[in-house]
Amino acid sequence: MTKRLILSLAVLPLLMMIAPSAQAAGDQKAAPHQHWHFKGPFGTYDRDALQRGYLVYRQVCAACHSMKRVAFRNLEDLGYNEAQIKAIASEYTVTDGPDEEGEMFDRPARPSDYFPSPFPNKNAAKYANGGAYPPDLSLITKARHHGADYVYALLTGYKEPPADKKLLDGQYYNPYMAGHVIAMAPPLSDGMVAYSDESPMTTEQYARDVAEFLTWAAEPEMESRKKIGLQVLLFLAVFAAIMYGIKKKIWADVH
Amino acid sequence: MGSGQREQFDNPVIEWVDSRLPVFTMMQREYGVFPTPRNFNYFWNFGAIAMIMLVLMIVTGIVLAMHYTADVTKSFDAVERIMREVNGGWLIRYMHMNGASFFFIAVYIHIFRGMYYGSFKKPRELLWILGVVIFLLMMATAFIGYVLPWGQMSLWGATVITNLFSAIPLVGDSIVTLLWGGFSVDNPTLTRFFALHYLLPFVIFAVVFLHVWALHVTGSNNPLGIDTKGPQDTLPFHPYYTMKDTFGVLVFLLFFVLVTFYAPNMLGHPDNYIPADPLVTPAHIVPEWYFLPFYAILRAITFDIGVPFTEIVIISAKLGGVIAMFGAIALWFVLPWLDTHPIRSARFRPLFRTFFLILVADFIFLGYIGSQSADATLFGIPLSYMGLAATAYYFIFFIAILPWLSRNEKGRDLPTSIHEAVLEQKKSKSEMSPEAAE
Repeated sequence: MTKRLILSLAVLPLLMMIAPSAQAAGDQKAAPHQHWHFKGPFGTYDRDALQRGYLVYRQVCAACHSMKRVAFRNLEDLGYNEAQIKAIASEYTVTDGPDEEGEMFDRPARPSDYFPSPFPNKNAAKYANGGAYPPDLSLITKARHHGADYVYALLTGYKEPPADKKLLDGQYYNPYMAGHVIAMAPPLSDGMVAYSDESPMTTEQYARDVAEFLTWAAEPEMESRKKIGLQVLLFLAVFAAIMYGIKKKIWADVH
Repeated sequence: MGSGQREQFDNPVIEWVDSRLPVFTMMQREYGVFPTPRNFNYFWNFGAIAMIMLVLMIVTGIVLAMHYTADVTKSFDAVERIMREVNGGWLIRYMHMNGASFFFIAVYIHIFRGMYYGSFKKPRELLWILGVVIFLLMMATAFIGYVLPWGQMSLWGATVITNLFSAIPLVGDSIVTLLWGGFSVDNPTLTRFFALHYLLPFVIFAVVFLHVWALHVTGSNNPLGIDTKGPQDTLPFHPYYTMKDTFGVLVFLLFFVLVTFYAPNMLGHPDNYIPADPLVTPAHIVPEWYFLPFYAILRAITFDIGVPFTEIVIISAKLGGVIAMFGAIALWFVLPWLDTHPIRSARFRPLFRTFFLILVADFIFLGYIGSQSADATLFGIPLSYMGLAATAYYFIFFIAILPWLSRNEKGRDLPTSIHEAVLEQKKSKSEMSPEAAE
């Protein structure tokens, strides 16, 4: 009885650790849980969803949002081959230099280049967006509570404002945003991005695919992390079991 | 330190070294044959576990330092570069990040084990005090380390915590300016924090050495809290405890690995993946989980203390909070003189045991309160009231309950020796399940 009580008290700090993440995030509505291909200890990214999500990002989000920590070469993870990546990169122009004469010059992007940003700096981005800064999306799912669920909920969660809520020009109502007011117009609508596979071309599907893509962008190491993690766990479990046997044998004459 | 009488080693190389610098004799004496009480339970694993975590933190930390840049315009990018470009960088960084949390888990269990079994009592007072010094150094190191990625929570956590020192009368503002290296948390703060974050772990290591040295002078306490009376009460450290500790460390590492690989950001705050911005304050500024109980104590004092019926304020709410927070740890330094009851182990002090277990629950509850926003409620009651009540119990336990119990608690009869207690336990066990007696 005593031992069990002490043990349960020892386990409590572990439960306590969950508390910080469970804290209230303002008056935001909590994003409902979605089913994701990458969830769970064996979850992986769905390559098709990643490619569709990248398409949505390129055609819609990239107009305002930068993604400066991801390079074209990283697209290999999405299932593209070297030639495809070269072709994608070459569609973009980047400024390089200075050259031998000391001049900056434009050239087509290479796989080693990072995604070019839509605005030259933060002020330009704010100025073009009515004073609101469209955040860089490289880490967005790690920088928000509930990650991909939040992105999906936000993109599909636009609503008519309640009667008592006055919105200014360029403001929109979204209960998943802190303060319920967002400066981003509803970015997605049915049929706006043409998919080449059979997936439905709906706002929900776009939001789901882009959320998966953004999760990959924030945690490109996730698949190898889970794979290595399993190996380490197995190694430690076997090692611990052996040590338990050894300990028991050594202590046999004492107990 | 291994000098004095020395036994010859058969291996000529070892003998050559040992006769000039008796490291092998020392190892043999302190970790080979070192007499250790035979009745440890698994709570006695956490010292070794904490030691492993310290080494893990230093090793991963040095590798991270090779790739890190301390500069407000570059630090966030440097950490992301480690996560994305450096080979195995994400693994090293996630191990370091979660390693800090698991180091604290091990140390908290180690500390409360020491309190429960009276390990701080005579003759182990200095051993205990060195342990509290290690804990304080750990808190400083962890706090400073959290600033280095230069995310939003780094900047604003650092701003809130360093500002606390401004509450100290007369010298407070100068101390804050000195910590900052300027007039706000900025580049000079980051660079000096990086230098200190590299220095402090080695200071911790040095104090750990003293802590272990002091332990090896007095010998370990044990769950019965009675002194060892002879060889029948002890076992040589090797192989008995080397093997038991290895097993304990492995089980602990299983939990560590589970979090590091499958929920690496569970214990952190999402805001720290937003680059620091001095113009945008996060909605909730929360410290890392291991500071939350003390953060709750800090926030519990929301009233000025002054001369009644006048406007004179002697201690402002801010200073009061700071005093309470530091006082909460300062009490641990004098714990051996607050609890002077001759019986060490809570097993034989039912009253102490009850009050102590309430304290542990109280401490965890304080952690919960610290994680919530200041205006939160629980069952309709403002959490700030509960924070004050929980803080009150914490201080009453140390200042009033412990001294009172020391004088008035009778306690149960102690067993005459560890050896007999172990035999008796074995007998009752075999009576309960005859097949296990063999």
